[in-house]
Amino acid sequence: MSASPDAGQGTGLSNTGQGAILHVLGPLDQVPVGEGRAFGVAGEQIAVFRLRDGSLRAVSAVCPHKGGPIADGTIDQAVVMCPLHQHAFELDTGCSTTGAGPLRRYPVFADGNRNIVLRLP
Amino acid sequence: MTTLASRSARTKTVDSRRRLVVIGNGMAGARAVEEILARGGAVQYRITMFGDEPYGNYNRIMLSHVLSGEEDTGNIFLNSLAWYRDNDITLHAGVRVDKIDRFAKLVFSGDGRATPYDVLIIATGSRSHLPPMDGMYTPGGRLLPGIFAFRTIDDTTGMVSYAQQDHHHRAVVIGGGLLGLEAARGLQSHGIDVEVVHSGGHLMNAQMGPDGGAVLRRSVEALGIGVHTGSRTTAVLGADRVRGVRLRDKPDIECDMVVVAAGIRPNVDVAVTSGLPVERAIVVDDQMRVPDEDEIYAVGECIQHRGEVYGLVAPLWEQAAVLADHVTGANPKAAYLGSRTATKLKVAGVDVASMGLQAPERDTDEHVVFSEPSRGVFKSIVIRDSKIVGATLLGDSRKVAYLTQAFDRGLPLPDERVSLLFDIGGPGEEAGVAELAGDAQVCNCNGVSKQTLVDTVAGGCTTLAGVMDATRAGKGCGSCKLLVRQVVEWAADGAVEEDPAAAYYVPGVPLEKAALMKAIREQGLRSVSAVFAALAPGGAEDAKSKMGLASLLKMMWAGEYIDERDARFVNDRVHANIQRDGTFSVVPQMKGGVTSPEQLRRIADVADKYKIPMVKLTGGQRIDLLGVPKEDLPKVWADLDMPSGYAYGKSFRTVKTCVGQEYCRFGTGDSTRLGIEIESRFQGIESPAKLKLAVSGCPRNCAESLVKDVGVVAVDGGRWEIYVGGAAGAHIRKGDLLATVDSPETVKLLAGRFMQYYRERANWLERTYAFVPRVGIEHLRAVIVDDAEGLGAQLDAAMQESVDAYVDPWTERDDPFTPGQFRTSLPLEVLPQVPVR
Repeated sequence: MSASPDAGQGTGLSNTGQGAILHVLGPLDQVPVGEGRAFGVAGEQIAVFRLRDGSLRAVSAVCPHKGGPIADGTIDQAVVMCPLHQHAFELDTGCSTTGAGPLRRYPVFADGNRNIVLRLP
Repeated sequence: MTTLASRSARTKTVDSRRRLVVIGNGMAGARAVEEILARGGAVQYRITMFGDEPYGNYNRIMLSHVLSGEEDTGNIFLNSLAWYRDNDITLHAGVRVDKIDRFAKLVFSGDGRATPYDVLIIATGSRSHLPPMDGMYTPGGRLLPGIFAFRTIDDTTGMVSYAQQDHHHRAVVIGGGLLGLEAARGLQSHGIDVEVVHSGGHLMNAQMGPDGGAVLRRSVEALGIGVHTGSRTTAVLGADRVRGVRLRDKPDIECDMVVVAAGIRPNVDVAVTSGLPVERAIVVDDQMRVPDEDEIYAVGECIQHRGEVYGLVAPLWEQAAVLADHVTGANPKAAYLGSRTATKLKVAGVDVASMGLQAPERDTDEHVVFSEPSRGVFKSIVIRDSKIVGATLLGDSRKVAYLTQAFDRGLPLPDERVSLLFDIGGPGEEAGVAELAGDAQVCNCNGVSKQTLVDTVAGGCTTLAGVMDATRAGKGCGSCKLLVRQVVEWAADGAVEEDPAAAYYVPGVPLEKAALMKAIREQGLRSVSAVFAALAPGGAEDAKSKMGLASLLKMMWAGEYIDERDARFVNDRVHANIQRDGTFSVVPQMKGGVTSPEQLRRIADVADKYKIPMVKLTGGQRIDLLGVPKEDLPKVWADLDMPSGYAYGKSFRTVKTCVGQEYCRFGTGDSTRLGIEIESRFQGIESPAKLKLAVSGCPRNCAESLVKDVGVVAVDGGRWEIYVGGAAGAHIRKGDLLATVDSPETVKLLAGRFMQYYRERANWLERTYAFVPRVGIEHLRAVIVDDAEGLGAQLDAAMQESVDAYVDPWTERDDPFTPGQFRTSLPLEVLPQVPVR
């Protein structure tokens, strides 16, 4: 387990050939089931969540409302709630269900080696 | 610019609906669209909205609450982006419309887009008027840093962040009207010294005469706000940022910021450029149509109707309804005939109501006046031909509902005019609701009448929450909620149903607490995910319900609870309290508020070593280390080598004590010792809401036992009083005496039994100050002291199990429970920084 805040910085890259770049953020086990962890990827702060059904979601890590740490939020299958003022955001779209601005969402999945792979446009 | 909500291209068939374009996404534009949708307009129209501001639609009236910090910007939205999506409305937020081509029926916007329309609504609203003053602009043509208007969310958040910078201490508000006074009061809450500069002869001269203005001035000055009337600001001083203002014929005032609240001007640029008729504002007829333009409507603060331009919210609701009647064809006869404006508001904490004339105009007009400046009360009523033609009320709003009604409808008045000003042996509050006429407005923010509420109840909606959702009553500033409740209760004639969801323990599982606990026990559900799978509709998880379920399961299963950390709130995952900048606060246990030189030395060393930005004594007699990054928590705990004080959870928090009989010459009992024993026994147990306790050594009550969840007071003769259900926070309540007992052991037993009963019976987040009066102190005495229901042994055993299951959570420093438990979630520099003192 890595407790380094920079986990994910020295990750492997590969080009998909369509301008999008795949970033390998390291082992899936860094993110406990039902929780999120923040990663710095190519200068962007991204919160990766591992849902209870095993799937992954990735959204920008800073709440547009007051800068709260989204990765510390509480999630279910549909939304993440920012810990500071309980604004909720859809994990699939990044849109807020409580009137805040949207989060960016990023495609993310686990590869055959159980590594987290994130696609940046 | 971005299109925030784009319509999905799910159908390939031709959309035959007409195109409705709305310029303006403020309160008027959005309300007009809501009214159109309510008349089935979605069948007739594809709707596109343009908004200058990059947000959904928000309640501008609430910006003063945002400025004062009472509300978050997130809470003032009337329609979230999801609303636009759900109603299939294309919203171009942050896109300004520049021109309308009335002949080609096209709208041209700043993003280079040309949008065709069949029907157009102009709802461009107003903007702040910035009167010309020297030095307002930098040579580059921008506003000098430190000058703010007060109109939008961005204005407001800009003001807040500027006011919070340490070196900004003084502000001048230009304009002593409603908005200016709200701005002044709001800035004060950020520790800013404020002076109001007003060009008129008295404050709020648009709403009241000089006598009322003088009383208001006293009230405003009593709040610590400086007032300069009859003063015109000629220049803003300062080259790089605001340093002061220059007044005509008066000394300069030094300041760090200037807020301009000198009125509003309708936004008519688009209409002028496009060749529509504009006088003081965009001219409309009684159908809300622009004359000679069959397909162009206008609504809100940007219009001029029969020579009047309105700057209040109530007329806008009436206009939007008439407009929607015509746009949808729902009622071709609908006509807007103008509004009689009566305003009722709270300005800087002072109740103000005004309607019609400020003062008598004719020799035959009667004028009834009462003035009591020392209390800030002023009442003035102008009567013509035995009808009210004007009224001003300050500092006492009790007669406002009646007077507004009498003014609106020209009701006959009592011969004894004094009863217009005061209730003299008149009907009480209860009768007040019954007496209120049907069309009397109850909710002034959303324009909801008593009749609308009554009709909604008659239509089968008999919960307060249901009526509020259906009518939007009480969903503006919220000040009318009590009246809404009274009307709903009166209309339902005692048959008000409690909202079933309001009784659920958590929103995501449709069971009340007792039924939920029974199901959990019968099915042996030991984890939060097991509860969702077994009891939630469709087995669906619900983020809002997780924390409450985690607390309940821990209480029920103690050592057998399956602890899924994702069910916990972040505070309980990392055993510290998250702060606004994403750092945490660390409060070590200090039982009974007693510490030692050795502990203090260690705390001081830790504060030095980790450069703790703030060390603060808490209200619970402990020491708080604030501003600790998450990744430092394990190291801080290790160096402190003290147990957690649980200053972050919905749990037993602390026991405050006084020095007691050991040292105090008045002490009658050893309060410190008992406090320490209670804290040692019940440390860290989770509960529906936090529990704050105290033990005082004599009835002088230095530990404030009477306002604690459980408070103990030593009385002469070696006896102890136990109070429960006290509070002295947002809510103030004196605790009820549960029992007077002979020994500290009995205190611990009964306190534990009470807390266990509360843990098992109270709703999630229901503090004892609500729980105790709800179940009643007599009932609690019977159950807890007299053991009338035979629950005593069971409660004691359950509490003992929780006590035995206690583990200091800070021991997780050596062995994190989850991977990355203490890994940072953000680089702190991108967050708002809490100022270091």
